[in-house]
Amino acid sequence: MNEEYILEVRNVTKEFPGVKALDNVDFKVRKGEIHCLVGENGAGKSTLMGVVSGVQPKGSYEGSVIFRGKETNYKSTRDSERDGLGIIHQELTLSPFLSIYENIFLGHMKTKMGIIDWDTCLRESYPLLKRVGLQEKPETIVSRMSVGKQQLVEIARAISEHAELLIFDEPTSSLNDEESQKLLALIKELKNEGITCIMISHKLQEVLSVADSITVLRDGLSIATYDLHEHAITEHDLIKGMVGRELKNLFPEKDPKIGDVVFEVKNWTLYHPDYHSMKIIDSASFFIRRGEIVSFCGPMGAGRTEMMMSIFGNSYGYGRSGEIYLHGKKVNLETPKRAIFQGVGYVSEDRKNLGLVLIQDVKTNISNSSLPKLSKRGIVDQFLERRKAAQYQEKLNIRTPSLEQMVRNLSGGNQQKVVLSRCMLADPDIFIVDEPTRGIDVGAKFEIYSILNDMVKEGKSVIVVSSELNEAISMSDRIYVMNEGKIKGVLNRGEATQERIMHMALVE
Amino acid sequence: MSSGVRIENISFMGLAKQNMRKLSMFIMLGAITIVFAILTGGVNLTPRNITNIFIQNSYILILAVGMVLVIIIGNIDLSVGSVCAFSGAISAMLYNTGMGVVPTLIISLLVGGVIGMFQGFWVAYMRIPAFIVTLAGMLLFRGLTYIITRVTPIALIDDNFKKIASGSLNIPGFEISGLDGLSVVVALLFIAFLVFSILHQRNRKIRNDFTVLPFGFSIMKIVVLSALIIFVFYKFAAYRGIPTVGFVLFLVAALFVFITNNTVIGRYIYAVGGNSKSAKLSGINSEQVIFITHIIMGVLCGLSGMVFTAYMNSALPQAGNQFEMDAIAACYIGGAASSGGIGTTIGAITGGLVMGVINNGMSLMNIGADWQYVVKASILLLAVFYDIWSRRKSGLG
Repeated sequence: MNEEYILEVRNVTKEFPGVKALDNVDFKVRKGEIHCLVGENGAGKSTLMGVVSGVQPKGSYEGSVIFRGKETNYKSTRDSERDGLGIIHQELTLSPFLSIYENIFLGHMKTKMGIIDWDTCLRESYPLLKRVGLQEKPETIVSRMSVGKQQLVEIARAISEHAELLIFDEPTSSLNDEESQKLLALIKELKNEGITCIMISHKLQEVLSVADSITVLRDGLSIATYDLHEHAITEHDLIKGMVGRELKNLFPEKDPKIGDVVFEVKNWTLYHPDYHSMKIIDSASFFIRRGEIVSFCGPMGAGRTEMMMSIFGNSYGYGRSGEIYLHGKKVNLETPKRAIFQGVGYVSEDRKNLGLVLIQDVKTNISNSSLPKLSKRGIVDQFLERRKAAQYQEKLNIRTPSLEQMVRNLSGGNQQKVVLSRCMLADPDIFIVDEPTRGIDVGAKFEIYSILNDMVKEGKSVIVVSSELNEAISMSDRIYVMNEGKIKGVLNRGEATQERIMHMALVE
Repeated sequence: MSSGVRIENISFMGLAKQNMRKLSMFIMLGAITIVFAILTGGVNLTPRNITNIFIQNSYILILAVGMVLVIIIGNIDLSVGSVCAFSGAISAMLYNTGMGVVPTLIISLLVGGVIGMFQGFWVAYMRIPAFIVTLAGMLLFRGLTYIITRVTPIALIDDNFKKIASGSLNIPGFEISGLDGLSVVVALLFIAFLVFSILHQRNRKIRNDFTVLPFGFSIMKIVVLSALIIFVFYKFAAYRGIPTVGFVLFLVAALFVFITNNTVIGRYIYAVGGNSKSAKLSGINSEQVIFITHIIMGVLCGLSGMVFTAYMNSALPQAGNQFEMDAIAACYIGGAASSGGIGTTIGAITGGLVMGVINNGMSLMNIGADWQYVVKASILLLAVFYDIWSRRKSGLG
């Protein structure tokens, strides 16, 4: 046992249905250091932290985790918290309508004979708030504060449980520059007080400014661990480590015939649906031509999905503003119904919750967007409906025992094809697909790429939101790179490499 | 068009197994009817009693038809009892001015529709949970009923109104071997229509190259449904003929079976109930669909209130008490899911009849309301348990 390490992850393998999220990963954290974890989306960073903190309970993964010299046996995060391991999640986990001090002591209230002693809780919250540098009264309701301040409350909560190891999962992704700087300073201070910190981040400059060590993950493998006190590491080294995978021939050939601009968005600005002062899209402008596939890339939280949903019928966010031009004419697309009517289709990244009606059958799901077209005087022509559904089943090769099969019983790839069929049956000119290949196997991915290629051949335009860079590079004619709600740049086919995209998103 | 007819290769047991969930409520209704036939020595199957079951439950069944739509969309309506009382009172007051049955009916339906709009507005556009809006509606319309009736029953000026509930459709003197002639003719026409439509549907499916069930199944379906029609109409014919309210109920049921299965709005109701977010992103105006559903519920409350007033031959201030509970229970016994998206008109009616047959059978046995509640509660719980259990087993969540 090496006393030097507070946390050791040994040979951990974690599989989700169809995906190996972690493959024999080793990961060691020295006592009292700031250790950063970097990697692309889906590289396994969050899963690894889940294994460490008990989000993935012991037994659901292979391998062992040793914390403070003892092998852990966490069934949930409650166990790891008690053991002095705190995790600050990317999405805040505070109870929004409770006050600061109620949130800090939620789950471990100070009690006297089983009765909560709120006075003690309140008293003890002052020094905690001071330590994290939060200048608010403890009685303040957390939903009234900015996200940055809420994060400080989360940290205070973790410290209040005497955490020795704090895990920050992309702590600065929803903060502005000033808040980020403050937070990083706080993390350094915590380190000086002897608390070990692990930080997951996409922002490489931040990583390099605070880290003592950096581990790079890629496709569920730990690629390298660098000790910054021994080696000089640059952003370039990290990016190379993060993306350096060999490209296989996973994509269909394409032969684009590109026409005029058909769809244009100008100065698109959007605010968070709950925190109305938080800008999530900042005057983004882009356009797409006839017969073009355009991808939007960027790290998680860049605002790609949010932007597309708000454009498509005001389906997300608050206070959208900007202009949309379709075939040169200004349009509003104020509801999904209007958007579909005017020829814009959207396939959500969340097919189960936002794309499908899981308890309905394949045929009904395919026709749901087009019932007025399939009916006369309000009466659905069920034979026409079935013929259309059968046509798309064949065209997209949906593998289902029958069209009456409930979609929840289909595999992910086939479910995705059902959503695509629904949108295609509505016959849009502009087709927005959000993470079209998430969670589906390689064969189905290839089929979906072919479907998108066929669409542009028919003169449609396809906008793809993708977190898989090689997918975006291989499929698109142009790539818009986004981060922090802004469009950072655009790359043409041929110019784009994974390194260029990452560099544009994270550094420029 | 392909040359061969595609016939599904399935045995009778296989088909029954596949449709067990759908069939279970019919089996339950049949079983309960038989149990009470044994317990009451066949009294519950007398022509008079069968007619009574329809008359006594008509207003609940009408409400259940509307309620199942509200439940499919994922909401609930607690106000229906009070709205019935209110529209029933209005209909009595209007009728007493001497305006006749038809104008009264039209205005009652309109009043119901306006109430539905009012509640639907709060639910759909102001996004207040239906439970709360209709709880408020339950109190509000009970209060308004008390106000307009001054908490005293309103007697009807003549007996014509009453015929909606307890009257029969028959032609005096038209009898066929001692049975009411009109009932016999309608039953025969009904069976003829049934045979025609089942065969026609099957042929259309074959022409459109669908896989169809073997011909024997169509024959069986015709035989079973015809037997049921002959049974019910024979009972009607042997008593006073087709009860008017049975005819009204049939029209309502037929209309809503058609709406839920064949129209765009019907399909939208299922889509919104199954997943409102996804429905919205599919281009369905969810708010409007919810709004319309509540209007339909209101109109049916108007009808039901009028039927109940006719049944009591006066408008009572406390009319409709707990109707909402009976209507909701009917829907759940009939296989509707509280999470929305699942339910059928026929199911709701069957569920309502299950409760009606139990009430009626126990009354015939001189068992009081106390035990009727206990038995109804057990049936509700067991029926829904079976539904959820079988759904879980078949991977329907």
